[in-house]
Amino acid sequence: MVVMNPTGDIAVQQRNLILAATGLMLLIIVPVMVLTVVFAWRYRSGNRNKVYDPTFDHSTTLELIIWSCPLLIIICLGAITWTSTHRLDPFQPLERIAPGRPIPANTKPLEVQVVAMEWKWLFIYPGQNIATVNELVLPKDVPVRFSITSTDQFATFYAPTLAGMIYAMPGMQSSLNAVINKTGDSWGYSGNYTGAGHSDMRFRLHAVEPAEFNTWVARVQRGGGTLAAADFVRLEQPSTKDPVLHFGAAAPDLFARVLNRCIAPGKPCMVDVMRHDQAGGTPPVGAVGPGVNAAPLNGAKPAPALQKAPEDKGSGPNVTKPAQPGAPGPLKPADPHNRDLSVLLPVPQPGALRAAHA
Amino acid sequence: MTDQSLLKTVFGRLTWESFPLHEPILFGTFMVVALLGLGIVGAITRYRLWGYLWTEWFTSVDHKKVGIMYIILAIIMLLRGISDAVMMRVQQAIAFGSNPGFLPPHHYDQIFTAHGTIMIFFVAIPLVVGIVNFVMPLQIGARDVAFPFLNNLSFWLTAAGAVLTMISLFVGEFARTGWLSYAPLAELAYSPDTGVDYYLWSLQIAGVGTTLSAINMVATIIKMRAPGMTMMKMPVFCWTALCSNVLAVAIFPALTAAFFLLMLDRYIGTNFFTNELGGAPMMYWNMVWIWGHPEVYVLVLPAFGIYSEITQTFTGKRLFGYTSMVYATVVITILSYLVWLHHFFTMGAGAGVNSFFGIATMVIAIPTGAKIFNWLFTMYRGNIRWELPMMWVLAFMLTFTVGGMTGVLLAIPSADFVLHNSLFLVAHFHNTIIGGVVFGLFAGMVYWFPKAFGFKLDEFWGKVAFWGWVVGYWIAWTPIYVVGLMGTTRRVNHFDDPTLQPYFIVAAVGAALIVVGILGFVMSIVMGFVKRDKLRDLTGDPWDGRTLEWSTSSPPPAYNFAQTPVIHDLDTWYDMKENGYERPTEGFRPIHMPRNTGAGVILAGLALLLGFSMVWYIWWLSAVSFAGLLVVAVAHTFNFKRDYFIPADEVARIEGKRSQQLATGV
Repeated sequence: MVVMNPTGDIAVQQRNLILAATGLMLLIIVPVMVLTVVFAWRYRSGNRNKVYDPTFDHSTTLELIIWSCPLLIIICLGAITWTSTHRLDPFQPLERIAPGRPIPANTKPLEVQVVAMEWKWLFIYPGQNIATVNELVLPKDVPVRFSITSTDQFATFYAPTLAGMIYAMPGMQSSLNAVINKTGDSWGYSGNYTGAGHSDMRFRLHAVEPAEFNTWVARVQRGGGTLAAADFVRLEQPSTKDPVLHFGAAAPDLFARVLNRCIAPGKPCMVDVMRHDQAGGTPPVGAVGPGVNAAPLNGAKPAPALQKAPEDKGSGPNVTKPAQPGAPGPLKPADPHNRDLSVLLPVPQPGALRAAHA
Repeated sequence: MTDQSLLKTVFGRLTWESFPLHEPILFGTFMVVALLGLGIVGAITRYRLWGYLWTEWFTSVDHKKVGIMYIILAIIMLLRGISDAVMMRVQQAIAFGSNPGFLPPHHYDQIFTAHGTIMIFFVAIPLVVGIVNFVMPLQIGARDVAFPFLNNLSFWLTAAGAVLTMISLFVGEFARTGWLSYAPLAELAYSPDTGVDYYLWSLQIAGVGTTLSAINMVATIIKMRAPGMTMMKMPVFCWTALCSNVLAVAIFPALTAAFFLLMLDRYIGTNFFTNELGGAPMMYWNMVWIWGHPEVYVLVLPAFGIYSEITQTFTGKRLFGYTSMVYATVVITILSYLVWLHHFFTMGAGAGVNSFFGIATMVIAIPTGAKIFNWLFTMYRGNIRWELPMMWVLAFMLTFTVGGMTGVLLAIPSADFVLHNSLFLVAHFHNTIIGGVVFGLFAGMVYWFPKAFGFKLDEFWGKVAFWGWVVGYWIAWTPIYVVGLMGTTRRVNHFDDPTLQPYFIVAAVGAALIVVGILGFVMSIVMGFVKRDKLRDLTGDPWDGRTLEWSTSSPPPAYNFAQTPVIHDLDTWYDMKENGYERPTEGFRPIHMPRNTGAGVILAGLALLLGFSMVWYIWWLSAVSFAGLLVVAVAHTFNFKRDYFIPADEVARIEGKRSQQLATGV
């Protein structure tokens, strides 16, 4: 049971929390369940050796015990909750590598940027300038700081052996600080349903010795393949069961552009729009006009139902239709064929990409 | 206008493709359902029962009949909901490795969405509302609820929502978003088809019904208690009904607003919950969970009330700690408003916020624990008759406690970080819903069935139902706890790790046992009817009850009480029996009663038409049905023939018949 036997320090602390809380609660739960069975048996109507007291419906002493026992347990649990929630806050940098092993001075945490896409995971290592799809390689005993965002949906970034999960949300950045203490292979997935490819939105997690990590990074860099904005737009198309991909060079501002939703060419970055609006914005020209002199922020948004012309209403099919020839590809948003995944999207091919071996 | 454009204007996006003409499983199901439906309609026509059904049931504003109709609706929808569950269990038991199972994501995702939506909105809520509807006015000595017509309308609106959801099985698709239909997945860009629209319209229509019903119940309990029944002399079930309905009144508008804003996004292009242009999907999550958490207390509080009533009846003692039970109920009600964020601790609210909501969630365990202790000490020094209702109570006490424990566990934010949305969570909420709500509702149905129909349910089949449910629950859901701790998330339709398969196979066996339990319950009704002469309740008090509903005949007359009872003590009927109460046999006066009306059925039918046409973008039909709703609603306000009187000699005749029944046992 990976949740009960994790290899990351944060996850181990979370596991210990679960065990401690369960133990505390069993202190009350077990006696209650035993008493239930005992009373049910002893006071059954067939038992002549019992005391039947139809007027016994109040006892201040018992009430005091009944209310204070759960109260005491909850006070303990509340204290545990407060301290553990602050200690294990994912946004907080780590305080230790493992029990009894503080972080060595001058240790720089490894930065990993995570982008949840449909239905795959993109990991960017900005310090090493590489990126991978569906494979996360981490060095043992090195604190890692994850910066997490998403392209469209609310996925959760979760590797059970490493640490708890946190939501990956479009236009927002989540953080997770974690460390892994044992080498080995594991996996991760999204804990929130985001559509048809949810069941296959998994990534591999390899924890390796730091030296081996550097070798791996060098190998990926040599392997070639670039992940620039245009490549990202292709990668972003919905696909499922994607194989592991490596990119030897990742554009440095990629994550920032994903976070600000300006990866697609011509789209203004959210941070620029907000700055512009805060400074007063542009007075509207004429009756209707965008406040920003740029391509419409959301030119790709589907027409809302009441504004669709009759011919554009589409149809509401009942059944999974077989794959249309030539689908899917870069189609209009809200096109029903975007959900049609009977055909695997071909691997995007900008430059020389090498798929990693299993 | 082109031909195509004309077709689209008349039929919206409804086409021949919307019907499952080339999907064998769905088409087969549709044929079976259609034949069954035709069979039932044919039988009703043949035996000329339409008139009876219309005048005695469909248009009835009698709380007893409305309550029974709610329960019948819930049981029918339970059959649909459990079919979805069985399909999911079978899929998850076989879909390993190279075997994709028999449900591709497109279908599986609709099935789990429909399962949750139907079970909460069209099984649990109607069952709770139905039982409260039937029992509460009798327990407070009232003749009906405060707004009888509104009661009828509420039922039909709920039924319209259920029908619209059932239509989605055959025409178009249902939502593939999970039972709360989260943004951003539910937005037009990611769910362009009919699914989310069906979901939203079904639940908005049903939600109006539930909100109106809740207002009705609160008004009834506050204003219509019999003289002498102070709040602290009210049965505990009525306290829980009051608190549950106060909760419902407060929270359903939040859900209505959330769905309304999502509808605006989908229909007119606003950006409340989109990813662009200032939309905030997180807001949707907050709004639905501000509804969602108190909602589970709306469901469980009346179940707790049922346990209180049954425990005191079958132990032959007054409930231990009545005052403390009332306070516990009120504390739970208030606290349930303060905990909604625990459904998304992992969304990064920060340690301070997470701690607050985590600790608030745990604090609810204190009054809940107090209630369990109070039931325990009601049993203490009691004389317990282990009849079927009391067996359900025992099963609840042993099952729900575990669910409460896992709930407090999940309330610790750091623990939730590894268990959020896992199968451990799914097992927790099924533990509390089945062990708490479902067991209570079955207990209540067995307990009050004789009052409603005049004969007890068949005991053998009732026990089949009991054991099927209890053993089935434990076998189905214990492996799911384990699998959750093995790092499995929810809503997954196939797996690659073969070590998980044995657990899912065991879970599927448990699900099959639960189906046996459900069929057993249906059989207990059928066989109860068949053997009704042997199971007849002639006294009106088959269980030696303690509350006022047992003072009436089984079933009670339309007016409930010929003369308004005067209350002197808690456990009124017990008090009356102890003090040699004698039924009045003369001095009856004409009784003022509300008249039946068909306006509820018609309004709900128009609402159904509105929902359907909005789903399919048939704008002209939407306009017509909306106008129709307004016209019928306004016209109904001009209907002044709303009441009638039951003459005094008719009352005397009915009461006389009952006296004879009590005296001779015939």
